[in-house]
Amino acid sequence: MKVLSKLFWTFFRIGLFTFGGGLAMIPLVQNEVVDKKKWLTDDEMNDIIAIAEATPGVIAVNTATFVGYKMGKFWGSLIATIGVVLPSLIVICIIAYFFHDFLEIPVVAAVFKGIRIGVAVLIFNAAFKMFKKIDKTIVNYIIIIIALGLSLFTNINSILIIILGAVIGIISQVILTREKEDTDA
Amino acid sequence: MLKLLELFITFFIIGLFTIGGGYAMIPMINDTVIEKGWLTLEELYNFIAIAESSPGPFAVNTATLVGFSQFPDAPILGAVITTAGVVLPSFIIILLIAKYIHHFLDKKIVRWSLDGIKATVVGLIIAVFISMVITNIFGGAIGLENIDLYAIIITVIIFTISLVFKKKVGPIPLIILSGILGFVFYYLL
Repeated sequence: MKVLSKLFWTFFRIGLFTFGGGLAMIPLVQNEVVDKKKWLTDDEMNDIIAIAEATPGVIAVNTATFVGYKMGKFWGSLIATIGVVLPSLIVICIIAYFFHDFLEIPVVAAVFKGIRIGVAVLIFNAAFKMFKKIDKTIVNYIIIIIALGLSLFTNINSILIIILGAVIGIISQVILTREKEDTDA
Repeated sequence: MLKLLELFITFFIIGLFTIGGGYAMIPMINDTVIEKGWLTLEELYNFIAIAESSPGPFAVNTATLVGFSQFPDAPILGAVITTAGVVLPSFIIILLIAKYIHHFLDKKIVRWSLDGIKATVVGLIIAVFISMVITNIFGGAIGLENIDLYAIIITVIIFTISLVFKKKVGPIPLIILSGILGFVFYYLL
């Protein structure tokens, strides 16, 4: 029982004090979970980062689920995950509650018109950050261009495009590996 | 009731494919929530700004905001449903990895498909960026008479600052600055 409440409050704190998500939240998670609580070793933390990068979802949430499972099996993972998500849920609901009326004020509407323009730059930065992390291979450039073209000029759903990207990723690697084996042999 | 279920499934699928960072969900929200008319583009952009500048993971915040906005009679229920939907896929996957698949990342096919997905997401997000800039500058229809000169100026200023200072300027200062520019151009002028 004590473990569960500790899990809950630790991850509640992590959820409350991380902004933006992604890799930016790793130092905070590391400090809480590895340095202070010693729930994970450094190696395990690195594994989680690698897994989080390679699976859907958010690093903070993935860490919560993983640590929760390690410390308290299924219930531990559930409690830790709820803990990390709850601050967002509460804070965002409060903001959303006031936001609509707030936008009716002309000054606020003007401010948000500016903000919506700035958000485009945030989106560009997000794309650039992701671009820096992938291997600069011809296959990847081709995938980026296909995804960009399909998204801009057709009505094909993004999820289908993502699945197509995964398929191209697999097929191209299979072909490349086979060619390499041929030249090696 | 039906819409609750529809929202849950939509965000479950979005959660399942949000790989490589929270922004990966934006093209999918575009194709589902916007396409269905549940949200306007303008509202989505407001939400992105709020999600970035509030505590908590971006993906969770965005899901909560969309859910909250969909049920005026029971907004919190809507928020809980979309948040649960977006988190559940990674919860299940991590649980499976923790329990059974210790060498998940050693599987070649997993790595290869992930490489493909990450490159795809880059393309999809650039597409969102392009259509966003077009919407900001031209509004609804592309044409010389619709050009919003202030929008071009704000885009150029924010873009330049973010390029010049690179890592030193986080998303929140950029949001604040574009808010100030919005105030100056659309309210004062």
